[in-house]
Amino acid sequence: MYETTYHRASSVEDAVKLIGSAEDGKLLAGGQTLIPTMKSRLAAPTDLVDLRQIDALKGIEVSGRSVRIGAGTTHAEVAGHAGLAEVCPALTHLAAHIGDPHVRHMGTIGGSIANNDPAADYPAALLALGATVVTDKREIAAADFFTGLFETALAPDEVITAVAFEAPAKCGYAKFPNPASRYALTGVFVAKRDDGVRVAVTGAGDDGVFRADAIEQALSTSFEPSALEGVSVPADDLMTDIHASADYRANLIVVMAKRAVAAANG
Amino acid sequence: MGVEGIGARVARKEDARFITGLGRYVDDMVVPGMKHAAFVRSPHAHAEITGIDVAEAKKMPGVIGVLTGKELKTDGIGNLICGWMVHSKDGSPMKMGAWSPLAVDRVRYVGDAVAIVVAETRGQARDAAEAVQVSYEEKAAVTDAVEALKDGAPQLHPEAEGNLIYDWEIGDAKATDAAIAEAAHVTRLKLVNNRLVPNAMEPRAALGHYDKAEDHYTCWTTSQNPHVARLVMSAFYNVAPENKLRVIAPDVGGGFGSKIFIYPEEIVCLWASKKTGVPVKWVADRTESFMTDAHGRDHHSEVQLAFDADNRMTALKVDTIANFGAYMSLFSSSVPTYLYATLLSGQYDIPAIHCNVRAVYTNTAPVDAYRGAGRPEATYVVERTVETAARELGLSPAELRRKNFIREFPHQTPVIMNYDAGDYETSLKAAMEAADYDGFAARRAEAEKRGRLRGIGMSCYIEACGIAPSAAVGSLGAGVGLWESAEVRVNAAGTIEVLTGSHSHGQGHETTFSQLVAERFGVPIDSVSIVHGDTDKVQMGMGTYGSRSGAVGMSAIVKALDKVEAKAKKVAAHLLEADEGDIVIENGEVKVAGTDNALPWFQVALAAYTAHNLPEGMEPGLKEGAFYDPTNFTFPAGCYVCEVEVDPETGHTEIVQFVAADDFGNIINPMIVEGQVHGGIAQGVGQALLEGCRYDAESGQLITASYMDYTMPRAGDLPSFKVSTSNTPCPGNPLGIKGCGEAGAIGSPPAVINAITDAIGNNDLTMPATPQTVWRALKAAH
Repeated sequence: MYETTYHRASSVEDAVKLIGSAEDGKLLAGGQTLIPTMKSRLAAPTDLVDLRQIDALKGIEVSGRSVRIGAGTTHAEVAGHAGLAEVCPALTHLAAHIGDPHVRHMGTIGGSIANNDPAADYPAALLALGATVVTDKREIAAADFFTGLFETALAPDEVITAVAFEAPAKCGYAKFPNPASRYALTGVFVAKRDDGVRVAVTGAGDDGVFRADAIEQALSTSFEPSALEGVSVPADDLMTDIHASADYRANLIVVMAKRAVAAANG
Repeated sequence: MGVEGIGARVARKEDARFITGLGRYVDDMVVPGMKHAAFVRSPHAHAEITGIDVAEAKKMPGVIGVLTGKELKTDGIGNLICGWMVHSKDGSPMKMGAWSPLAVDRVRYVGDAVAIVVAETRGQARDAAEAVQVSYEEKAAVTDAVEALKDGAPQLHPEAEGNLIYDWEIGDAKATDAAIAEAAHVTRLKLVNNRLVPNAMEPRAALGHYDKAEDHYTCWTTSQNPHVARLVMSAFYNVAPENKLRVIAPDVGGGFGSKIFIYPEEIVCLWASKKTGVPVKWVADRTESFMTDAHGRDHHSEVQLAFDADNRMTALKVDTIANFGAYMSLFSSSVPTYLYATLLSGQYDIPAIHCNVRAVYTNTAPVDAYRGAGRPEATYVVERTVETAARELGLSPAELRRKNFIREFPHQTPVIMNYDAGDYETSLKAAMEAADYDGFAARRAEAEKRGRLRGIGMSCYIEACGIAPSAAVGSLGAGVGLWESAEVRVNAAGTIEVLTGSHSHGQGHETTFSQLVAERFGVPIDSVSIVHGDTDKVQMGMGTYGSRSGAVGMSAIVKALDKVEAKAKKVAAHLLEADEGDIVIENGEVKVAGTDNALPWFQVALAAYTAHNLPEGMEPGLKEGAFYDPTNFTFPAGCYVCEVEVDPETGHTEIVQFVAADDFGNIINPMIVEGQVHGGIAQGVGQALLEGCRYDAESGQLITASYMDYTMPRAGDLPSFKVSTSNTPCPGNPLGIKGCGEAGAIGSPPAVINAITDAIGNNDLTMPATPQTVWRALKAAH
């Protein structure tokens, strides 16, 4: 790790001030990507602004079907939240299958979406749920927030404070893990709401998380796994790497969508 | 068998310190004034070095020295060597290219060491290593051995034209070809044995300390064989004469073969310590381990197995290309020859065998012995081919194997090996019963209802452990003898130290070796200490690899115990005024058989050291040493059965059952043996399903350089194993033991692949059988 200066922010305002005055600063949430990357000498921020001690960023509120999750909430807290499990069990299931217990007790939802790893789980959930990303400056629709591989709509000094959404009538998540890293080789989040079905795919797109139109259309007719028989998705814009080529990922998208629907239907 | 003697499931003595974090590894060693090293490594797979500018690096904070290959050569440090001479079939010696511990004018793989930086802290050393300016002129690279043999391929070493190190053969080509020509049936396969990265839990490390006052070097290193390291560093690398060099391999966190070899880093740390005047420590990070630890396997083979009309094997012909990487590592030449082709007869009576092996340089990390070393490759060739043949011939895999088993011993194969003993039928029967082989059809039908493809596969392996005798391996080109030494020191108050040339890096020697002593003298194992891993304590030894510590290392201890026992009996007979032949040692007492006339063990020891009343002419003391050179290899064998379920939608394979029935001869500690089998199977399943080292074909960059891309087996990838042993004693050593450290890794890959190909109905499947690979094979089949 290269030398860096550590700052512990006491509030969101403090964090914004600290990051604004840093030469090449980085906000530190759970650190589950940033710290290993720094240890591998692949990132060299001059300053780290630690958000982990800011109470305002923590906690989960469920009110009716309205959900608000503080950006600093860990995956383990999401996974273990009974109220959330009642209205949106797919999200607690998703959180329970991120990384390993160590990662889940350190990593946060805000850190995950700010990093926007193309194989991370949360982006698929936020996109399918039509969630809103709340920052210290504004509210950003998930569809506008994720802009590409490791790219988001965030300004350099913008701090995510929460994620908010209305829980859908039904939702499900299924992922096929990368055999080595256990990130999503392909993960599909399906959400059925009154205004239609949304299906978001992570781990597969060569430009990050995306919505699978063909699958949404098929499931709008019938929200059953059988509705996806014969449905295929084009491999054109999918990733190819040593673990999976685009056509294998295209296959996995449909298979995982079926399994996500089955899970959503209980 | 006493509660702590031979055959007892004694808990491992060493585990208390390992599981409480008290183990002491090289990185735990601290020498006053010690500083830290980082290596400058090549970012290119193949390039000329046109200049190295260290000026900036030397000015960096904390830097003590920056040293390059030129200075190393000026100081006369030698090139690394391969210590086993193999001759091509035309009689020419293998073509060994120069491997300088620090590259001088050319780099040949990503990670090749170019310079060393010594600084106050590890971080400062790394910062300064990045500031060393190396100018490279990039050259085309080749990473695949088959490609490297082709005309026009990039050339690595001027010594090896066409990148060919040797073109070696064994067996009777004429007889083999004739038998194939006359055969009623020939099974033909092309097989790839995938390249693996060993991944010991503890990365390699070295601490070199030059003591100017004594003109003496000490090297703490992660070694499986510290005496061999000292010998090679003295005799060939010119680091220091043996009497001026102490090598210590303290607790070592796994080796699997990768820590047999002498690497550039320990040589350079020792040399750099003298150059800089400070003790120099280097510890690899995980990516360095991926890049520079010797890799394993990486074979391409074409196989032909011929049968007569009665389904008896008549000939086996194998043509193998073995990837050696950029340089010849210490024992690399022996792995695809004498440790591979000599085992191609498997458990079968095959009248004619011929194998041709071409060893090839490529721009990849050096390849050498990795758990099983040649024998997993041989077993994969034989057992995939036999299972394929059974399918082609419409026979059950067990029936075809049974028909061709060797049943009379000793058995001379056409490829050097003389099998001393074995009972293959018993292992096969045990495995099939444990697996409920006969009930498979019902299980398959049930799985089908759940949308799963169920398959069953078998593998009957044989391996050769405890390579020996020294004269024989010498005649085959080995640069060392393969005996072992031991010394048993009975202290004056009766406690016992056993000094051994074997080295434990996870095997549990402190327990099993103590059990031998407990068995012999009836003393508690807590009164026995095992001393190993230090050339200043143990006179000489050959170390631990090739499952040799039981068959060879413990046999040496037995010989030393024999001598101690004989002397103790003489002393006791004198004190008890009895006949020496009437003295027995049991339960910690030395007594006249059938009487109460006894002395406690410690009193006999004390008498030997006080020397107040010894037999006329006897030297005081109770300490004996022995060297043991076996008469033959040992031949563990067994049968593994694997049952899988494949998810046809994703290609994911779940191992639902794994049975291992091994014949290891006599067993000292069944719990430790089972642990070895479990670990071996985990590594074998890793090779079959998960692990595949990949280089980019164009750039030669290592793609699988971390756990983000290289899949290690996890507990969840494995079922609970059903293991059992049969015990046909090895006639060749005093304990009748065979060796168990590698069997799991040797026997399991073909069993797994045979099961998957059975499940999916397509035999064209390469390792690792990742979900994507299986999905493609399924699509191709239907």
